[in-house]
Amino acid sequence: MTAPVDSAGTVAPELGTHELSVRLGGRRVLDRVSTRFTPGWTAIVGPNGAGKSTLLRTLAGLLTPDGGHVELQAPGRVAQPLRSLRPGARSRHIAWLAQQGDTSGELTVRETVALGRIAHLGLLGAPGPADVAAVARAMAQTECEAWAGRPLSALSGGERQRVLLARVLATEAPVLLLDEPTTHLDAPHQVALARLFRELACTHTVVTVLHDLPVALHADRLLLLRDGRVQAAGAPSLPAVQQAVMDAFGGAVHIRCASDGTPRVELALDVAGPGTRPSTARHARSH
Amino acid sequence: MMRAITTARDTDAATPAGGADVPAVMPLPGLARPQRRLLAALAGVLLLGLLAGLATGTQGLSPLALWADLHSEQAGLVIGQIRAPRTLGAVLAGGLLGLAGALAQGVFRNPLADPYLLGSAAGAALGVVLVLAGAAFAGAQISLATVAWLERAGLTGAAFIGAVTGVAMTLLLARGALHTLRLLLAGVVVTVLLGAVSDLVTVASPDALRGKQAFLLGSTGYLDWPALGLLTGGLAAALGLALRRARVLDALTLGEDSAASLGLDVPRERLALVLLMAAATALAVSQAGLVAFVGLVAPHLVRRHAPGTHCWLLAASAAMGAALLLVADVLARALIAPQELPVGVVTAVVGGVYLFALLRRRGLGPA
Repeated sequence: MTAPVDSAGTVAPELGTHELSVRLGGRRVLDRVSTRFTPGWTAIVGPNGAGKSTLLRTLAGLLTPDGGHVELQAPGRVAQPLRSLRPGARSRHIAWLAQQGDTSGELTVRETVALGRIAHLGLLGAPGPADVAAVARAMAQTECEAWAGRPLSALSGGERQRVLLARVLATEAPVLLLDEPTTHLDAPHQVALARLFRELACTHTVVTVLHDLPVALHADRLLLLRDGRVQAAGAPSLPAVQQAVMDAFGGAVHIRCASDGTPRVELALDVAGPGTRPSTARHARSH
Repeated sequence: MMRAITTARDTDAATPAGGADVPAVMPLPGLARPQRRLLAALAGVLLLGLLAGLATGTQGLSPLALWADLHSEQAGLVIGQIRAPRTLGAVLAGGLLGLAGALAQGVFRNPLADPYLLGSAAGAALGVVLVLAGAAFAGAQISLATVAWLERAGLTGAAFIGAVTGVAMTLLLARGALHTLRLLLAGVVVTVLLGAVSDLVTVASPDALRGKQAFLLGSTGYLDWPALGLLTGGLAAALGLALRRARVLDALTLGEDSAASLGLDVPRERLALVLLMAAATALAVSQAGLVAFVGLVAPHLVRRHAPGTHCWLLAASAAMGAALLLVADVLARALIAPQELPVGVVTAVVGGVYLFALLRRRGLGPA
């Protein structure tokens, strides 16, 4: 994979983790995770409770790890520990989308998306043409211009999700950390979003937590987490990665390569059959 | 900021022909139509209320009596020294309470939050009770005039210090302003504890009870020109500082983690907002007593009739609080003239009825 380059010729920064451990409520959620998130699109997958969202939150600097650290490496520069960055500087590099949109919904769509510009404006600065343009572009990318003046409370869950994603895109941060961005979206918009991620992957370091394996298989790289550990990492077309994913989901999914070599995923829909049992058992154990 | 962000509401898809109906001369650029309408209504109410406040005296709200007052020898005293300060004081104290309410509801992201939640009310009441009890105790030794002066000057100071101390105790107990639930629980604990101490003091010194009662019910009767200066300065400073942080409150509507991911130092910002709310509340309470419901209802009314970003909400809630307390004050003075109702009773009845109606009609969600 060649390093993606944006129009200005700069390469997006990498995020690396070193022996990252996080405990939440006495439970070890991440266990010495060492990996790198390179420019392009990485999809973090894994069963419930594997530590996917926790990893993303730690990468975003929202959780302080109990052990190890996260570092940000801009191309051609020395890697900086994430901790050493001030919140304002961090947010110009890294944007994060929450798993559950937790908004009270009083702001309009445009006002919400405009919040993405805070890192550039500070608390007092007035938005300039660049800010207005970034907001408009972000709304166009997620197709939510049509409701620009409506309050968020008047939108459906999927529409809201697209607005919140636009808020993240409006930051123009080169590293995008998206926690289940496809939640609540209908099939056409899931496809549109997968296309958008492919497009963004050319210029950004995109990391998504995804439960949608069909969407995740379009990523450049899968990172399989299980019980807080990295189980497998690599291109979705690698048989070893596919096998690890199938194992992690206890046979509830099948990944097969189509004749053109692209991996396809199928749910094992034999609901009453033995295929689903190991998954439930594992799920119970992981809690 | 308000300009660029709120114009979004003007270009709502619902407006015909995409903003073609924007008037040629926009009186307030950047404000959406409901916001302009609310502002005009508030300006009207404030103007009428100020006139009514100057005209309301011992004979109730009476233009004839006002005419007579203006031609009497005591016109300057009655209107200039009594009615004008308390009318303007109601506006300023109401503004502070409305602003504090909008800050509380923004910080706690809860439409039912009010500025008294964090122990400021109980702290102010305790401060007042201590001064009253102290004055009653000292009254045995020193002259009555000295006691009266002490009471007057000491009450506002003690109420202010008490309110600030109450909130400080809450913040200490909650170890900062980061966790909403912990903060609210600490507020309950502090309120109960300080309330118990107040009760203990009033049991020991029954004289303090009446003064405490008057204070708890709220009154604009103590306001004079020096107090107005203090309130004006306080309101201007609080509004200025609050508007500087309006964008923080907007970001907090997305949730605290999202706000933090936008580069805000959320614990520090929240602490600053809570301290600002406490100072505004303490100042209003020290001058006008524990006026109920204005801080709760004012931001509610603004959000319901003209929602917007916090830059708008904070400023409009202050104006709404001013209008509410002004109208309540005029009513309190006019309804049973020549006697007066405590203004807090009027706001409590009006506010209570409003919330009751709201609950019955639509529930209490935002707008």
